[in-house]
Amino acid sequence: MKKRLLAVACLMLSMPVWAQEVKIDIKAFMFGPKDLNVAVGTKVTWVNDDQIPHTVAETHKVFRSGALDTNDSFSWVFNTPGEFEYFCALHPQMIGKIVVSQ
Amino acid sequence: MDIQSRHPIRTDGPLNPDRRTLLKCSAWAGAGVIWALSGGIPRAFALDAAGNVSDPKALASTFHFVQISDSHIGFNKEANPEPVKTLQVAIDKVIALPKPPALILHTGDITHLSKPEEFDTAAQLLKGLPSTVHYVPGEHDTLDEGGGTLYLERYGKGTKGNGWYSFDDHGVHFIALVNVFNFQAGREATLGADQLAWLADDLRAVTSSTPIVVFTHIPLWTVYQPWGWGTEDGDQAIAMLRKYGSVTVLNGHIHQVIQKVEGNITFHTARGTAYPQPAPGAAPTPGPMTVAADQLRNYLGITDVRATQGDHPLALIDSTLV
Repeated sequence: MKKRLLAVACLMLSMPVWAQEVKIDIKAFMFGPKDLNVAVGTKVTWVNDDQIPHTVAETHKVFRSGALDTNDSFSWVFNTPGEFEYFCALHPQMIGKIVVSQ
Repeated sequence: MDIQSRHPIRTDGPLNPDRRTLLKCSAWAGAGVIWALSGGIPRAFALDAAGNVSDPKALASTFHFVQISDSHIGFNKEANPEPVKTLQVAIDKVIALPKPPALILHTGDITHLSKPEEFDTAAQLLKGLPSTVHYVPGEHDTLDEGGGTLYLERYGKGTKGNGWYSFDDHGVHFIALVNVFNFQAGREATLGADQLAWLADDLRAVTSSTPIVVFTHIPLWTVYQPWGWGTEDGDQAIAMLRKYGSVTVLNGHIHQVIQKVEGNITFHTARGTAYPQPAPGAAPTPGPMTVAADQLRNYLGITDVRATQGDHPLALIDSTLV
């Protein structure tokens, strides 16, 4: 048990200090939060809470998930600054934006 | 006093609220209604409790075809854990028709997540239908990694672009349009310039007296913009169809019957065979509507379309899976 804890601690230490993880819920045909500001290196994870599949598709095809059924997730690490607008390719009225800054 | 003279009972007109009329009205609520189109003017005929039409004008059809939609094989949530079963009920209903349909249209969302096994299951079931099935894809059929490759490999042979095509049957010109590719953020569905150019070219050889049936997944007209229930450039296709005497536009996607008539064009969306969706704006989201299990089949169904050669009326008969 102690060994396992140590291993986890070592893993955590080995992660860069600036690495962050943020979750976006897909619920009631909306991305929540719809607009999000993150630092470079942030890993964003979308989780679908709806009873219907959704997708996460960047408008310039920078990233594109497959179909996310209920409880499925998709992650993307934002390594470059900028504005990334995305939508659900199944329900294009669902839109969101990630602003990545240094 | 002669009551009869003060309140003459009419037996010749529509204002006579006799028992027969009342029965017809109550049948509307229970069993459904048939729309017969003559010169673009729709006329409603009631169905009796058994789903039959008593008026011979509506029955005098020389051929008929069936529309099935939104099977969503692979869906397994509360609104219908067993869409395979309800699709089978729909198929059995088609098999049970007194006369086999000349053809069958499936207006998309055959599968829920475009998985190969979902396509396989659907194909296995739909093989049981008594006539040739003509397909268009729904957006749920384009979710594979290739963005529609699996659908097109299976159903796209001999079609143009992303699966559009036309054919003639019993003097009716059928046009299959595809509006589930190239979605743009915040926008409605699109047909695209290539498909519109093809449509204009396809219609060149069709005389204005030929009845036309257009079938596509997402409604060509905007049913409800906030939910994306419409096709942005659908009006360009509709404009090309205005000169024709009888045009019927059949859609799926919204899992409920909604009808609109514009000149000689009748727009009609069919029920699905998997799960119901709320009426436009009636719920916060268009997500699956869960109804009592013993009520579900009242919300699912098929559409039978009857055509009479000569004066070209098309009659649309929606029936539920009950």
